[in-house]
Amino acid sequence: MNALTPVGVNASAFLDRDDGLAGASQRKAAEFLRHAGLPRAGVEAWKYTTLRTLADVPFATAPRNVNDGPVDTLLAEIETISGLGAGANRAVFVNGYFDAARSRLPANVRISTGAGADVAEDGIDPAGDVTTALNTLLARDGLDLVVPEGVDAGCLLLVSIGITADDAPVSFHPRHRIVVEKGGRLAVLDASVGQGHYLHNPLYDIAVADKGYLSHARIQAEGALAVHLAVSHAHVAADGVYDSFTLTLGGNLSRHEVHAGLTRSGAHVHVNGAQLLTGRQHGDLTSVITHAAPGCVSRQTVKNVLSDQARGVFQGKILVERVAQQTDGYQMNQALLLSDGAEIDAKPELEIYADDVKCSHGATVGALDDDQLFYLRSRGIPDDVARSMLIRAFLHDVVDEVADLRLKDSLNLAVEAWWKREAA
Amino acid sequence: MPAVAETRKTVETLGQNTYKWGFETDIEMDIAPKGLNEDTIRLISSRKQEPQWLLEWRLKAYRSWLEMREPTWAKVHYPPIDYQDVHYYAAPRKKPGPKSLDEVDPELLRTYEKLGIPLHEQAMLAGVELPEGQEARPPVAVDAVFDSVSVATTFRKTLQEAGVIFCPISEAVRDHPELVRKYLGSVVPVTDNFYAALNAAVFTDGSFVYVPKGVRCPMELSTYFRINARNTGQFERTLIVVEEGASVSYLEGCTAPMRDENQLHAAVVELVAMDDASIKYSTVQNWYPGDENGKGGIYNFVTKRGACRGARSKISWTQVETGSAITWKYPSCILQGEGSVGEFYSVAVTNNHQQADTGTKMIHIGRNTRSTIIAKTISAGHSDSTYRGLVRMMPKASGSRNFTQCDSLLIGDQCGAHTVPYIESRNMSARVEHEATTSKISEDQLFYCRQRGLSEEDAVGLIVNGFCKDVLKELPMEFAVEAQKLLQISLEGSVG
Repeated sequence: MNALTPVGVNASAFLDRDDGLAGASQRKAAEFLRHAGLPRAGVEAWKYTTLRTLADVPFATAPRNVNDGPVDTLLAEIETISGLGAGANRAVFVNGYFDAARSRLPANVRISTGAGADVAEDGIDPAGDVTTALNTLLARDGLDLVVPEGVDAGCLLLVSIGITADDAPVSFHPRHRIVVEKGGRLAVLDASVGQGHYLHNPLYDIAVADKGYLSHARIQAEGALAVHLAVSHAHVAADGVYDSFTLTLGGNLSRHEVHAGLTRSGAHVHVNGAQLLTGRQHGDLTSVITHAAPGCVSRQTVKNVLSDQARGVFQGKILVERVAQQTDGYQMNQALLLSDGAEIDAKPELEIYADDVKCSHGATVGALDDDQLFYLRSRGIPDDVARSMLIRAFLHDVVDEVADLRLKDSLNLAVEAWWKREAA
Repeated sequence: MPAVAETRKTVETLGQNTYKWGFETDIEMDIAPKGLNEDTIRLISSRKQEPQWLLEWRLKAYRSWLEMREPTWAKVHYPPIDYQDVHYYAAPRKKPGPKSLDEVDPELLRTYEKLGIPLHEQAMLAGVELPEGQEARPPVAVDAVFDSVSVATTFRKTLQEAGVIFCPISEAVRDHPELVRKYLGSVVPVTDNFYAALNAAVFTDGSFVYVPKGVRCPMELSTYFRINARNTGQFERTLIVVEEGASVSYLEGCTAPMRDENQLHAAVVELVAMDDASIKYSTVQNWYPGDENGKGGIYNFVTKRGACRGARSKISWTQVETGSAITWKYPSCILQGEGSVGEFYSVAVTNNHQQADTGTKMIHIGRNTRSTIIAKTISAGHSDSTYRGLVRMMPKASGSRNFTQCDSLLIGDQCGAHTVPYIESRNMSARVEHEATTSKISEDQLFYCRQRGLSEEDAVGLIVNGFCKDVLKELPMEFAVEAQKLLQISLEGSVG
């Protein structure tokens, strides 16, 4: 392969932005993007999602100051979706910049904002993947939160609002760091909304120390034209728990890439998710769960409900390293196709180098079960109600996996709101 | 496998004498000079006295091959292959046909003997005419491909009476050009992939089967592939066409002598099934896997594909893969005809430093098509074994079904077992189900067997055979016995 020609689509739209910081990490990220380009279909890690359309969009740096009106409307929308009102602790980011006036930060944690200098030291390979490289190159702000040893920091709402003032497309790349120290606990409800044509490219650098507990639920309800490219890098130590959930509802093109490493014995990771897509939406949930220590547990359930011409993608890899004996890994991927134009592409993958393991995965794809429908219809339930019951039951299974009750309630509310909107 | 110390020790001491097909036959060969260019292709074509259209076809394949890149997505690693350092043609030198077995090159006969071919079949393979009446009706017709050339086909007469054509493909080009021209490359186009294009350019021989309408082939057809000469690539091409309502069962066995250099094998197999036709294609592949340090062995880069063109047609692939240093093989079914059926049953065993990336593709195009995939992967030693399979439901494949089950067994903690299924569905009424598990041999099962007096090796053999039962039972009788033995030989030393 010729190293000089990019494999993917030319990424110069991002590389030529002259607001770049010139640190070592940024240079490395730029070099990677210059060589690798934006992935087009056929690159194995991006087999079913192409970013070639991004190359033609002149994304500019998103403005820091925008009109209050739309921001407050969108914030109210999040409050409705999540059920977490103005009284809740929250960190609000508008166009990727921290909005202190709209935020209310918890007192028992160490918290700061800003990004840039830190990028060089957080240990995330700037050239590991395209989403990370883009973020590394252009990150300007973000939440930096540390839950101290033994502290239960409760629930925090992390909000992203994207706004384009005129029709010119903008992009923002917040870089968040969440650290839960030994025995600490935190639940984060992370919601993204917005309007107009924008690219939201957040990165989450997550570390859970021994016996720490982090529940991280994401509600992606971006505007209809938005592109959402998120990446999480999580490391979980001995007996720590990282319970993550991604609910994909919005955006035109979206992908959440999760890299979760179980680094010490007894670590526990959930990478669950649901994608509810309609119209011509494209949603991709890609994960790599690496078992790097013995006796760890990972669980993954991902469900897709696809109608119209929507396309759902799931790529999930469980990698069990040679040292990771007694691994318990399970992965389930299910898709419900509600129309003939919808498409699901799934690639559940096991890569296993240790012999004393219990790993399995399952996948099913199909329409609603005729027998189940008949059962309900024969009891006098109208067709549309019966369908809705079955679809919601299908989704309930996966939302139910979230252990934190506050987050589970919020996710259920968001699914309900989506359902009402779709049914209308 | 639980890390039993003695097991590990036996793995380490496993010698290369376990490969019982590691013999080399010293007979006079007609070999083309090393290297590949248009002249090589013209040479092959003229040696085989091929018509002009076939030469053009080969050259077209060669020209597109030049533009193609070697695929890198498979989970296999090997040093780059120098395609100019290979002989693309090697044939046993032609002599006038022998009158009795005594006149046959004794080396060739010894080869057959080692391959386990019964004597009267040996005679036929060697081209000896037996007196009338001596031909007891045998169960299997054999076409032996020795290096690049088909040496002989047995029982042609019996088959002829039934109307079945079973002959070397080079002969079919001569005798049935209309059939070959119509179907050659119609399932695997010359530009399909890197290795298929290479095969199309330089293929030297292989088998051709044609079963006419309504005929149930009276016996199982079988091919032996054997790579003998040094530094030769074997590029055979098999084409099987089964007409409406007809059926055939085809067996393929592969061996190669022990050698240090890696030898290239890039075959293409094309199957065509018309309305209500059925093809059962079984492979036992035990090519030389290389020694315990991963030195030598065959690179097996094969494209196998069947087209279920007719309604209710059926193609069933069964494979037991124990050999080759590297296997890159995905026998596939294109389910075009309404209600057609595709099946894939596979056991892949890797030991020492073998690497296998194998699986299938089921492309559902027609309505109510069905496919079943059962893949069993066993890794031992330092080997890596990957199941990679695609199930694709096209928009018109209403009411189609797929069921896939992949199970991996790891023996020892230095090997890897991987599962990479691709599921793509664009039809809401199509249903796809996939399940996969990875585990070691359970202590409980082992304990149960040991307690009843079985040695550890026998116990593991029993458990492994049980693990593979779903696949082995799909093999024709002749192969099932051989396959069970092969499993045992392949895992010898690694399982106590």
